[in-house]
Amino acid sequence: MTVLSDTETGTAPRAAATGPAPLAPAARLLPALAAVYRAQLARAKVARIPLMFVATFQSVGILVMMRGVVDGGDNPSARAVVAGSSVLVVAFVALNLLAQYFGRLRATGGLDHYATLPVPPASVVLGAAAAYASFTLPGALVTAGFGAWFFQLPLTHLWVLLAVVPLAGAALSGLGAALGLLAPKQEIATLLGQLGMSAALLLGVLPAGRLPQAIRLLRDLLPSTYGVDAFARSFAPAPAWPAVLGDLAVCAGVGLVSLTLATYAYRRATTR
Amino acid sequence: MSDAPPPCCSVRGLTKNHGQIRANDGVDLEIRQGEVFGLLGPNGAGKSTLVRQLTGLLRPDAGSVEILGHDVVRHPERAARLLGYLGQESTALDELTVALAAETTGRLRGLSRAAARAESAEVLAELDLEPLAGRPLAKLSGGQRRLACFAATLVGERPLLVLDEPTTGMDPVARRAVWTAVDRRRAERGTTVLLVTHNVIEAETVLDRVAVLDQGRVIACDTPGGLKALVAGDVRLDLVWRTEPPLQVAAVAGLAERAERTGRRWSVRTSPEEARELVAAVTTGPAFAALDDFTLTTASLEDAYLQLGGRRGGLAK
Repeated sequence: MTVLSDTETGTAPRAAATGPAPLAPAARLLPALAAVYRAQLARAKVARIPLMFVATFQSVGILVMMRGVVDGGDNPSARAVVAGSSVLVVAFVALNLLAQYFGRLRATGGLDHYATLPVPPASVVLGAAAAYASFTLPGALVTAGFGAWFFQLPLTHLWVLLAVVPLAGAALSGLGAALGLLAPKQEIATLLGQLGMSAALLLGVLPAGRLPQAIRLLRDLLPSTYGVDAFARSFAPAPAWPAVLGDLAVCAGVGLVSLTLATYAYRRATTR
Repeated sequence: MSDAPPPCCSVRGLTKNHGQIRANDGVDLEIRQGEVFGLLGPNGAGKSTLVRQLTGLLRPDAGSVEILGHDVVRHPERAARLLGYLGQESTALDELTVALAAETTGRLRGLSRAAARAESAEVLAELDLEPLAGRPLAKLSGGQRRLACFAATLVGERPLLVLDEPTTGMDPVARRAVWTAVDRRRAERGTTVLLVTHNVIEAETVLDRVAVLDQGRVIACDTPGGLKALVAGDVRLDLVWRTEPPLQVAAVAGLAERAERTGRRWSVRTSPEEARELVAAVTTGPAFAALDDFTLTTASLEDAYLQLGGRRGGLAK
């Protein structure tokens, strides 16, 4: 095209005028991520608050139900139930709702909006994932606080949740986004999100020691498990911090992989 | 030749199949800088498929697309830095307020936060959207939501705007705001506009040139006036019957075989002389008693489309 214009006009200034037009600057990763995050948080005001209540009530309900079969006081089962219920809030929102959100966005053509803006795919995926993970923090804290009181566990290390929520949130929201973006149909995205949450519920809340070996293997494959374990360990009178850090590192690693997968899925969904 | 402005967008031999269906079949187009160019055609003619390839959303099976000197088939990611696109869906913005939707879109077009906020405020004022700025798109009427999405498309200036049926559902005031905003950008910045529409009246009034698509092919490309010249001299007579058409009247019986019928509406393209005779025949006697309404208009782009061999029973639905 440029060569043609040069030979046609023969003059340098004219050639410059007919050469490729300058490209507008593309959005950079972090500002775009911040913009997506802010917009997604604002969506929460409209659409997410009722769902946050649902997520929290569900977990509190499970705590009450499990109190019937698990003794209070410091024991491994009580720790597992409280930690599992708290992380379940994260699974409900970050995995289930995000899978549904991206599934719907893809099915209705809403992804075109982002795909026709000069944004790095990672900023859309990470911004949405971070926002969905953030929605879960209040619910997870409320559930953990109530659970610790209800099962007479110490509240001393509740702050560990501040590390568990973002790291388990990264792993689960990455998975949720990938499921939503890769599912061939919106209904399948919803189904996969629900299944993922059911897995987090059954494998996370039930004490690992009482599960059969085969199910325990399945439990080890679920990213939320490591968040649950890290948080459960923190209820011990003298928590094994290296083990807690180890679990959190697994969460972070899985988070990295699942968010990378989600970014790939986004790229695939937007360039067909 | 050197005085002609360089093309803004040049499409050659563009072909795209959706399974067995050939959605675009060797489309050639040249859109000049600063013009409002329309794609007109019935539903399923391949307009949106064509636009999705120009915006880098869809990869063509064959052919080339060049926008302002950039090969968009080879570098689809460049399209977002050259054009602003208004698609038919708003689901990405639905739960945001109008102001945040516009501002966020501006930021994602590479503007700083301050610039995005300032430009968004300007565009909302320009389109008279300020009273709705704090309301979520999902809570607005269809036309208002469309206007808010149009506002988002304008934040973060681009030399080419691709608008897929931008005025669907809008009231006349909103429509005028859209076309005023488009005209201003064209006059001040030489912005080029590619408009997808199946609204014939809009096409006739706002477009500089129009390509008519039918079954994936461009069957004509000219000014609206040039296309209408194909059917120049003809008029269209529309008759609406109150009850059963009075077939005992000879003129009406003759018309019954030629007219396109939609319920009790009959429509026929004819010469002015014959139209005069027909009007005389239906405005007297038993025919007039059965007649509810009639209109006589000059031939439209729709008639040109039908004259060109367009199928699917015309454009407007």
